[in-house]
Amino acid sequence: MVSMELVYLAIPLASLLGAIIAGFFGKQIGRSGAHCVTIIGVAVSFVLSLLVLKNVAVDGAPIYNYSVYTWMISDGIRFEIGFLIDGLTALMIAVVSGVSLMVHIYTIGYMHDDDGYQRFFSYISLFTFSMLMLVMSNNFLQLFFGWEAVGLVSYLLIGFWFKKETAIYANMKAFLVNRVGDFGFLLGIAVLLMFTGSLDYYEVFDRADSMVTATMQVIPGMDWSVITLACILLFIGAMGKSAQVPLHVWLPDSMEGPTPISALIHAATMVTAGIFMVARMSPLFELSETALSFVIVIGATTAFFMGLIGIVQNDIKRVVAYSTLSQLGYMTVALGASAYSAAIFHLMTHAFFKALLFLAAGSVIIAMHHEQDIRKMGGLKKYMPITYWVSLVGSLALIGFPGSSGYFSKDAILIATKNADVWGAGYAYLAVLLGVFVTAFYSFRMFFLVFHGEERMDEHTREHLHETAPVVTVPLILLAIPSAIIGWLTIETVLFTDFFDQAIIIFREHGAMAAVAEAFHGPASFVVHGLAPGPTWLAAAGVISAWYIYLRKPQLASAIRQRMEWIYQLLDNKYYFDRFNEIVFAGTARAVGQVLWRLGDALVIDGLIVNGSVRLVGWFAGVARHVQTGYLNHYAFAMISGLILLLGWAVLG
Amino acid sequence: MYADWPLLSLAIWTPIFGGILVLFAGDREPSGARKIALLVSIITLLLTLPLYTQFNTQTHLMQFVERHEWIAAFNIEYYLGIDGISMPLILLTSFTTVIVVISAWEVIQYRASQYMAAFLIMEGFMIGTFSALDSILFYIMFEAMLIPMFLIIGIWGGANRIYATLKFFLYTFIGSVLMLVALIYMYSQSGSFAIFDFHHLRLSMTEQVLIFLAMLVAFAVKVPMWPVHTWLPDAHVEAPTGGSVILAAIMLKIGGYGFLRFSLPITPDASAELDWLIITMSLTAVVYIGFVALVQRDMKKLIAYSSIAHMGFVTLGFFIVFRIVNSEYGEQGAALALEGGMVQMVSHGFISGALFLCVGVMYDRMHSRQIADYGGVVNTMPVFAAFMVFFAMANAGLPGTSGFVGEFMVILASFKASFWIAFLAATTLILGAAYTLWMVKRVVFGDIANDNVRALTDINKREFLFLALLAIAVLALGLWPDPLVEVMHPTIENLLNHIANPKI
Repeated sequence: MVSMELVYLAIPLASLLGAIIAGFFGKQIGRSGAHCVTIIGVAVSFVLSLLVLKNVAVDGAPIYNYSVYTWMISDGIRFEIGFLIDGLTALMIAVVSGVSLMVHIYTIGYMHDDDGYQRFFSYISLFTFSMLMLVMSNNFLQLFFGWEAVGLVSYLLIGFWFKKETAIYANMKAFLVNRVGDFGFLLGIAVLLMFTGSLDYYEVFDRADSMVTATMQVIPGMDWSVITLACILLFIGAMGKSAQVPLHVWLPDSMEGPTPISALIHAATMVTAGIFMVARMSPLFELSETALSFVIVIGATTAFFMGLIGIVQNDIKRVVAYSTLSQLGYMTVALGASAYSAAIFHLMTHAFFKALLFLAAGSVIIAMHHEQDIRKMGGLKKYMPITYWVSLVGSLALIGFPGSSGYFSKDAILIATKNADVWGAGYAYLAVLLGVFVTAFYSFRMFFLVFHGEERMDEHTREHLHETAPVVTVPLILLAIPSAIIGWLTIETVLFTDFFDQAIIIFREHGAMAAVAEAFHGPASFVVHGLAPGPTWLAAAGVISAWYIYLRKPQLASAIRQRMEWIYQLLDNKYYFDRFNEIVFAGTARAVGQVLWRLGDALVIDGLIVNGSVRLVGWFAGVARHVQTGYLNHYAFAMISGLILLLGWAVLG
Repeated sequence: MYADWPLLSLAIWTPIFGGILVLFAGDREPSGARKIALLVSIITLLLTLPLYTQFNTQTHLMQFVERHEWIAAFNIEYYLGIDGISMPLILLTSFTTVIVVISAWEVIQYRASQYMAAFLIMEGFMIGTFSALDSILFYIMFEAMLIPMFLIIGIWGGANRIYATLKFFLYTFIGSVLMLVALIYMYSQSGSFAIFDFHHLRLSMTEQVLIFLAMLVAFAVKVPMWPVHTWLPDAHVEAPTGGSVILAAIMLKIGGYGFLRFSLPITPDASAELDWLIITMSLTAVVYIGFVALVQRDMKKLIAYSSIAHMGFVTLGFFIVFRIVNSEYGEQGAALALEGGMVQMVSHGFISGALFLCVGVMYDRMHSRQIADYGGVVNTMPVFAAFMVFFAMANAGLPGTSGFVGEFMVILASFKASFWIAFLAATTLILGAAYTLWMVKRVVFGDIANDNVRALTDINKREFLFLALLAIAVLALGLWPDPLVEVMHPTIENLLNHIANPKI
């Protein structure tokens, strides 16, 4: 098995090596050197990941759980860096390295004229390394390492164009909002360490039962279940990384970064880390109904309300960003419904079709000379046929068109939610069901505005419109294929075999996935089943409404908008989350800082106490100087008085 | 081969005599004085390396002991030795001094030889402070190292240097006088000035509390803990870069070291009784100072405040142990907290030193420390910007850097004492990132703000060298802290056993 250990180690390190070479020697190896070395690195990661996936999925290789090195031993607690290779890991590394490889190739075209070419490749390879370490971890320490490392690279990449004021604002915002999540996450890890004495996944899971009955008084007088506390704290971490309400505010702004990273980091992989984490922690979350309810309510709120914002966005990338928020909400709902495998399944299909949609949007942006406003597009179908068709595939997958990859994963989530019985599941089902209509509506609103109808761009842009280079379109096609068919091919393996059996634990009383399995009789009949009245009809209604409003009767859009001005304002201001945070949190923090500095440090401590005592000494010295009169009788008088006082104290005391 | 060498004495006196040599070399040929200084600092570093490589990690007993009669009338000895808590700090000192010598190379033109000499002599006294096992020897070293620092700030400092020096002097002087009184009192009880005799001295609660408070003032000023911290931002702002580096990287650590060497073992019962006071002061440092750092306009002040907040983790880790040991969940975590505090000290030495050097690099070019005078530095100094962002991330406690390790350990451990203590400590995740990254955003990123920034040149090889050395240290400790933590185990365990036994 030594050889397999080397393979596991090589998977992340190949990407890291590429990142190091491109990062430190970018100038020496030049542009083509940088993209060659990083692409080779990621390609090695991808091929080896496929090998591991085959071992696990086809050959049924046993779970592999081992430590690479001991980071630290303190107080008898072993802090390890190690790998856990099972179905969940195998699937994740294949998706991460696969999408990353496509994005690497695409970047050659997208960043062609950028000065920071080598730096960009170094960053995205570094990201791939961090993400692989995150999903391969067998312990909470390394999970947290990967967690923050992907956050760092995300920070660097959102602010990649560091001259743009909006970009460097967005990256700081992203990092800080994620830190709020990490704050909860770290405390969650602390709970687990306190009650299990370990950070190793399996050891924690084995000892988790002790946390079910235990209670803690966080607020005096209130006994809180420890397992619920731990799970909710961990989930707060997931809310930051996977952009769930109210910690979602950073994701739309992250679109300030170059499009390839929007696809890789802010759609396909990093933002799904929270989903992955909760699925990985299923042995813990299953123990707490309250935590599951919390998860499902947050997820449902994100799924529906963030989708609504997507309807009013005019920036092509922001529409896709809000769509990502909404889809992450779907995954979270699945987690709350104890349908972890469905969440991971949707994570996988979403990684393909959302990366595809982002990269297609990037292709449009290149053709439009970096114009991102969909109101200035239209009729691009005839100029960009490849981009058009792959976008259609991606959009159909997103709305769950029967047979597409998104159809299978989304329908599994819908059925699971319908059959979930945690508190809040009813609300969640309503949200995700209505969300289907909303998704279809905003997706095809964008699709029609970009590719059909009147050509609204200026003359100069129109003249230069043409399909993008193969280095851009080939990755699009390669992503379009799985977006179309991967659901059909894999649903049975991923959801209904023992693929995840050892990675994901579901208690029997949480019957949502069992209900999905009951409804499933092979992919073909699953598709036929979808043609009956239900979600698919809602999606169709969404597409038709979008067609009617934006293509058939374009003047209708503004009429509706005027009729429902306050809703429009609410959505356009994104429910005022940003303004609230800016005023309440950022403003208060600065004000508190000023007060503590000016009042606490400068006035009270320095002004009154320090300089005050200096002045007191000075005053005392001044008084004392007057006492030093130079007359002997004064001194003698003082000495005698002192003597009498001392004697008196000695005698009486 | 090293076994018979008096390594500690060599490590103390080599830089002191080397410093005197540099003084004699004078400024007629400044490069000569610099070369001697560099040589001396490297020899000292080499002399301290065997302290690590030959260190026995299995014992809590003092190693490399040297013990000679000194002033027999008062039973004062020349008594040196190190254990798992002093050895890392000695290495930190010798390493940092090499960095400082390199960093001052061409920058200091005014009385260069005296500047170098001051740092070398100070190095000797600092190593002496960490290795002294006789309290009077400790006290002399403790005081003596301040003299070069006063000179460094007073001669090579900024415009307001006299005020800063006086404030620095008054604060530290008041603290150390109280400590001296406590030491003399304990001598009167034990007839010895050896620190270990103090450890085993039976003291009543009242005695313990008074001694604890006297030493608290001395060490709290050094750390510095809120509310006796206000000398630090002033001292840093006025100090030349090298002075700030030594101040932040080493001198503050002497406060933390004092708590471990004196307060906890000598007055364990008073420490347990008054731990709420230290915990409150530490958490105030983390939260209150975090907010204050947010609104600073001077980069050095910002880093100085950030230092205070980070040192809060050190004192929190040291004094949280009583609550962990007495918690209903067993005593696991106490050693984690203590070792976390120690790791934080070493890590903070690297990171704060590096950040002050970064500010120094910019100050040498722009002669301003005001955040508002900068913007878009990355455009003209890309290599420097990479270092700056790296150290900023380390300051924000990013995993993989040393800044993460200590905070992580202390937060995990303190959770056992109380949810809310861990909660307040963990706010550093947000506050630390906020003040550091906001500064980075305004200084490093953005479009070129003005012509001065446009005229900047990127770091030269010498600057690259010292920043790279520190970056390697930060990264190495973050990726593999075990070699550091390992050497502390027996000492920390012994300390925990010692303080678990009440003296009264």
